[in-house]
Amino acid sequence: MKKQHAFALSALAALLVAGCATAPSSADLDKMAADVVKASFRDEGIVKVSVLTPEDINEACTAADVAGKPIDPDLAIKLQDAQLKTIKWPADGKYLGDWKAGEKLAQSGRGLTWTDTADTANGGNCYNCHQLDPKEISFGTIGPSLAGYGKTRGVIADPTSPASKAIIEYTWGKIWNARAYNACSSMPRAVHKGILTEAQAKDLMALLLDPKSPVNN
Amino acid sequence: MKRILCTLALAGLAATAVHAQKSAAVLAIEEYRAMLADGNPAELFEAKGEDLWKQKRGPKNASLEQCDLGQGPGVVKAVFVTLPRYFADTNKVQDLESRLVTCMETLQGFDAADIAKTPFGKGEQNNVTALATWIAAESRDMKFNLPQTHAKEQVAYEIGKRLFFQRGGAHDFSCASCHGADNWRIRLQDLPNLTKNPGDGVGFAAWPAYRVSNGQMWSMQLRLNDCYRQQRFPYPGFGSDATVALGVYLGVNSQGSKSIAPAIKR
Repeated sequence: MKKQHAFALSALAALLVAGCATAPSSADLDKMAADVVKASFRDEGIVKVSVLTPEDINEACTAADVAGKPIDPDLAIKLQDAQLKTIKWPADGKYLGDWKAGEKLAQSGRGLTWTDTADTANGGNCYNCHQLDPKEISFGTIGPSLAGYGKTRGVIADPTSPASKAIIEYTWGKIWNARAYNACSSMPRAVHKGILTEAQAKDLMALLLDPKSPVNN
Repeated sequence: MKRILCTLALAGLAATAVHAQKSAAVLAIEEYRAMLADGNPAELFEAKGEDLWKQKRGPKNASLEQCDLGQGPGVVKAVFVTLPRYFADTNKVQDLESRLVTCMETLQGFDAADIAKTPFGKGEQNNVTALATWIAAESRDMKFNLPQTHAKEQVAYEIGKRLFFQRGGAHDFSCASCHGADNWRIRLQDLPNLTKNPGDGVGFAAWPAYRVSNGQMWSMQLRLNDCYRQQRFPYPGFGSDATVALGVYLGVNSQGSKSIAPAIKR
């Protein structure tokens, strides 16, 4: 009798536990995930756990992905505007550097992992996701093809037209901080996050827009 | 019958045409791959793992034969395709490797925290990898069927999903940056879409695997660890809740797909 009673009680307790435990809200789960991150990662080499400090734009994109929905358009515009303000425009008005140096950067995917050192030269990671020089067969497909970038956009034919000016500025901004134009783009914010320098951004600009660059030939 | 013959003949013709178009380099790569498939060096790790399971080792001089991987003490057949899962004795969701380390501590007297701190490819970690390779092989060609009945298993899936989409680090990458859509490549490397079931022997269903490029046997823990390295994230602890929750997310998404582990990779 007593045993039966105890069994019934433990069954009830199990039901209660199951009932309560199956009900965490999405916000509860977000909090639990954040706690798991805190408990699971540690500093290693040059990569510190501080790089996982939550940031509004990343939180918003992750939330949209978890929900399986695109980000709210009004929120996206607000976030993009804030990113746009981080972009510095070239003081000397010159946007194009050396396409050969740009090609080297585009080829390299190195830098900023825990097996790199502080003096590892960061690459631009471009070919990992984009086609650029059409002669290079090893290119990724996560981003759109950029082969013929300057030519197909009319910048090579008429580099000083208002249309070309807009494309040049957009390209600069996109390299500096890709998410100023698309809040949840997968593309790194190369200059904004300190992956590349302003001078390196100019070299990548030349790779895309110089008439002599293999991208346009 | 006539139709079959006709189809065969056409297929033969098509194959000849394709063959003629392939460069010497492509043919050489195909030949290399075929040679690799003939003998997967993972078999050596399988044999070592089976030995380790039966060997008396550790401060308690005991074997792992009483280790409970979810289907009762000593059962190794078909357990891999049900992991990670909840274990009542630890009150935790564990993957194969973290569970093995629990058994190494409770049965053999090893220090679990010490093993977790040991880098991959060193000391007892080599033994954990060999054991995981053998136990995975004991589920070869079986379909993934992770339990999602315990509340902690359900929560682990939801946490794993959030980790999969978590953006951070210098490059703002998440797992989904590379594995979030169909037909994506990094350079020439095909990337499975892991937000859904990627099919038999793809993604979660292809690890542990022997990696020809560096001559190493990689467990799932090492696979996830190196993904996080390339993602520019900090270091995920071995068997940490983050890696196990990700395993639940990937494993449940692979429900019904066949495991080919131990696989062979470039």
